[in-house]
Amino acid sequence: MEVWALQIFNGISLSTILLLIALGLALSFGLMNVINLAHGEFIMIGAYTTYALQIAASALTGGPSSEVTFLIAIPLAFIVTGAVGFLVERSLIRFLYRRPLDTLLATWGVGLILQQLARSIFGAPNVQVVAPQWLSGGVALGSDLVLPMKRLFIILVVLVCLAGIYWYMYRSSEGRRMRAVMQNRDMASSLGVSTRRVDSLTFALGAGLAGIAGWALTLIGPIGPSLGTFYVVDAFIVVILGGLGQIPGTIMAAFIIGMLNTIFEFGTTAVVGKVLVFVMVILFLQWKPAGLMRLRTR
Amino acid sequence: MFKSLLSKISRGYGATLPALLLGVAMLAAIACGPSAAPSAGEKPSGSMAGGEVIKVGVLHSLSGTMSISETAVRDATLLAIEEINASGGVMGKKLQPVIEDGASDWPTFAEKARKLLQNDKVAVVFGCWTSASRKAVLPVFESNNGLLFYPVQYEGLETSPNIFYTGATTNQQIVPAVEYLLGQGKKRFFLLGSDYVFPRTSNLIINRQLEGSGLKAVGEEYTPLGHTEYSTVISKIKAAKPDVVFNTLNGDSNVAFFKQLKDAGITAKDLPVISVSVAEEEVRGIGPDNIAGHLVAWNYFQTTNTPENTKFVAAYKAKYGANRVTDDPIEAGYFGVYLWKMAVEKAGSTDVAKVKEAAKGIQFSAPGGPVTIHMSNQHTAKTVRIGMVRADGQINEVWNSGKPVSPDPYLDTYTWAKGIRNMVQ
Amino acid sequence: MIRGLGVLRTFFQPGLRKPWLAQWAFPALALLALLLAPAVLSGFRMGLLGKFMTFAILALSLNLIWGYAGMLSLGHGVFFGLGGYSFAMYLKLEAAGGKLPDFMFWSGLRELPFFWEPFRHPWFALPMIFIIPAALAGGLGYLVFRSRITGVYFALITQALALIVSILFVGQQPYTGGTNGITNFSAIFGFPISRPGTQLALYYVTVAALALTYLLCHWIISSRLGRLLVAMRDDENRVRFSGYNPAILKTLVFTLSAGLAGIAGALFVPQVGIVSPSMMGIVPSVEIAIWVAVGGRGVLMGAVLGAIVVNGAKSLLSESFPDIWQYFLGALFVGAVLVFPGGIMGLFRGEGWRPRWGWLGQVRAALGRKKLADSQQGGMLKVPAPGSTSSPRAEKTRSP
Repeated sequence: MEVWALQIFNGISLSTILLLIALGLALSFGLMNVINLAHGEFIMIGAYTTYALQIAASALTGGPSSEVTFLIAIPLAFIVTGAVGFLVERSLIRFLYRRPLDTLLATWGVGLILQQLARSIFGAPNVQVVAPQWLSGGVALGSDLVLPMKRLFIILVVLVCLAGIYWYMYRSSEGRRMRAVMQNRDMASSLGVSTRRVDSLTFALGAGLAGIAGWALTLIGPIGPSLGTFYVVDAFIVVILGGLGQIPGTIMAAFIIGMLNTIFEFGTTAVVGKVLVFVMVILFLQWKPAGLMRLRTR
Repeated sequence: MFKSLLSKISRGYGATLPALLLGVAMLAAIACGPSAAPSAGEKPSGSMAGGEVIKVGVLHSLSGTMSISETAVRDATLLAIEEINASGGVMGKKLQPVIEDGASDWPTFAEKARKLLQNDKVAVVFGCWTSASRKAVLPVFESNNGLLFYPVQYEGLETSPNIFYTGATTNQQIVPAVEYLLGQGKKRFFLLGSDYVFPRTSNLIINRQLEGSGLKAVGEEYTPLGHTEYSTVISKIKAAKPDVVFNTLNGDSNVAFFKQLKDAGITAKDLPVISVSVAEEEVRGIGPDNIAGHLVAWNYFQTTNTPENTKFVAAYKAKYGANRVTDDPIEAGYFGVYLWKMAVEKAGSTDVAKVKEAAKGIQFSAPGGPVTIHMSNQHTAKTVRIGMVRADGQINEVWNSGKPVSPDPYLDTYTWAKGIRNMVQ
Repeated sequence: MIRGLGVLRTFFQPGLRKPWLAQWAFPALALLALLLAPAVLSGFRMGLLGKFMTFAILALSLNLIWGYAGMLSLGHGVFFGLGGYSFAMYLKLEAAGGKLPDFMFWSGLRELPFFWEPFRHPWFALPMIFIIPAALAGGLGYLVFRSRITGVYFALITQALALIVSILFVGQQPYTGGTNGITNFSAIFGFPISRPGTQLALYYVTVAALALTYLLCHWIISSRLGRLLVAMRDDENRVRFSGYNPAILKTLVFTLSAGLAGIAGALFVPQVGIVSPSMMGIVPSVEIAIWVAVGGRGVLMGAVLGAIVVNGAKSLLSESFPDIWQYFLGALFVGAVLVFPGGIMGLFRGEGWRPRWGWLGQVRAALGRKKLADSQQGGMLKVPAPGSTSSPRAEKTRSP
């Protein structure tokens, strides 16, 4: 019984990480019809930002990095990765609208370059981020049911991010413009919305979210140049299942994929679990080709 | 004149010209490209006497996922070559390394091995890490009669006439590790590995060994290579209530596993994990505080107390930086070059057949203690060591076999392993 | 006389109907060069060229569905691998000589799995090289195209396929050899596999296969089917309203393309001596697309050139700059779509460096104003702008 409760928690934890990664993809896809294959490398940038901040902090203070730096790392990862995303959009993706397949290839190339850049700067071996003391250990709800603090904290951060995105999209004027462009680009443009600006900002926002995902992954996984690639394909599946750039669809899809992955893996093995999830998504698309939710566009 | 030519070209029929030029250039590039670069400007020299240098190949992944581990081994091999050259070379000739990138891709390994043997005509190749890359180059070495020194512990059950194995085989790492744990009173083993050949074969052997003691593993779990989500596996481990986890995970997965294990509230005291693919280099990536107290089984630690090791660690750090660490495969990549040198000098030739004959029984004082090439199976006898990871990332030896253990890749000397040789041959 | 040769230039155009001479002069030259190459190349380099030719077949198969039909498959490595595995199973059984292949023993199997049994016979294994990848593509393609999934969605689904199949093959070690793949072959149809004569024969078989694939693709694209493919690429709904069923047509060509990729894989295996899941993963599958993009989409010769040039460059760069060659590869991806959208074929069309957008366009305008004026005076042939006909249009997302 407790094992199953733990599994549900694990499923939720995996889902939230997937969600953070997939949200950025879904936003830029819904808006620009662009899929960014360098998204995994944005995650990696977020993770290395956290690492670099820790190194810098301990170099400045002379001692081990404080717990504050770890919290500062969250917005910093968002900003640094967002800035890189902005740069990529402005210098590359902008020229490839209307050619989404070409964007796939170009962003893949960007991903390769970023990966190699990380390897040149930080070296090929994995690096380590020391988590603050208060994040170690867990909350014991039973003899076998221990919820790790780190995962609880990640869930909390993801919830805050979700709230932030909701506010941005539905309560801010930038978000209103973004929704307008999503619904009808030409109309929005003729009414004076700068679609270019909206595109850049949205892409940067998506990249920034990936950066936060990278920060989260430093807590639970390895930090190396190819860190993002492990998660990004699952995130693509989430986007496909969720439907065109709809945030509710993406959230639902992330939870379905995350839960299915952990449940299948517990029942069988990790390999079979992944295969089953893929087959189920393909079959689901037979029934609902547009994914869980469809954005109405004109 | 030039301008008119340009305008003619731009008008169109000139399109044929660049086409032809490109075609020719392309064929030329294929024809002479692949071998031109590394050996450019060098005097051609065969593997036999006559030239002033002896070419030796170094074949490791310098890009891709395996570069994490393999670049350090390449560095150690190059260090040994440099030392040998500084002290007069081999038979008075300098060694000239030809470095190739296997790119973590097995067909690429086969291609580069073929290039080293057929184009560069190297006398010997030091390289490979994964079993998959070794299996990929094995037919190349056998059909071209080349010589490979392979520096990594592996799953045994192989004796290629063209490969010298300087890493541990199963009876120098896994089997003694299980014996040690049984001696410590551990009965409930949980086997966890990445889904590929080494863990699968190791666990096959461990299962037989446990059966030999009347035991049975309480769980056996495999995850895809590069897997980083271990919460579910940890749930399974909790449910199985083992005394010890025998870990054959590879690379990155170890980082995720140990981090998440610690977060799940499982300490080394409650449940020790013994790893056979985690060395000092990997401990740094995992974070020493995440793995401190857990066990590892190897033939060498950076802390191994021999005069040779003090010298080796100092030389390695002096060349590559004080923050670098040494570990078992790095050490094996280092002393392999010396073993080959001794065999060549004894044979008086780099001829493969003569070197193989001369290599039998050759002994060298390696950083991890004396190593001896076996009289028939081309493996090396090495001392087995089990250690506990310290909070500073180094490893404390807690047990060793006292003397070098003779290699037994087919486990012929173990009664519980009866029939394993027949399985393969 | 030279003016007459100008007709050759039309070879590089993406169009379908060209003068006979323009159509065949370059392929014939290339074929001649490939046939004569073993005379001047050493065994190792000939082997390398043979390997590149199998990649060229693979690139042709992708160009067929991407360059012409506008479906970018990021999972073509899977079909290549499946063909390779089918043939490797036969080769391995021949090498094992009636006994169980070695990796099965390690993995605890005691007898040959039933689906390996028929691969003892070449008459079974050879057709399977085509049939197995084609069947997978047919099944997946029908499901996907029936749901009107196109464009980026199709690319992502095929990419997920590459991930899934490669981890599945890694995981099923008793049946597939796991990460090691299948290796250590001894003979092919009774001939020792590493003997130079056998390798030379394999080289010529590959040349022949490449030539036949080229002819087949050419025949398809100049047929009615070819025109329908291009029409679907540019406006699928119109084709649908004209009474055709795009799902069937797309499935058909996707299946064929996968089968051709399988043949390429089967030719790859005996020349390189190994088949492994690393050939089916995400990375090699994306690289296939880059060969085609570099060579030039929508022109058959582009795929062939792209595969050979990119792989030649890769071999060379990885040897000269093992630590940084990934930068070159990355730059190639970006450059091939951003700056040279027509690929090498586009260069021959005189498109050259012709970015028309943003700062790149500004730079070009500043640099090239004079040249532009020159060429207009010279009456340079008007070529279609990059991206309009030679590259797939902006795909409609799956809902009409």
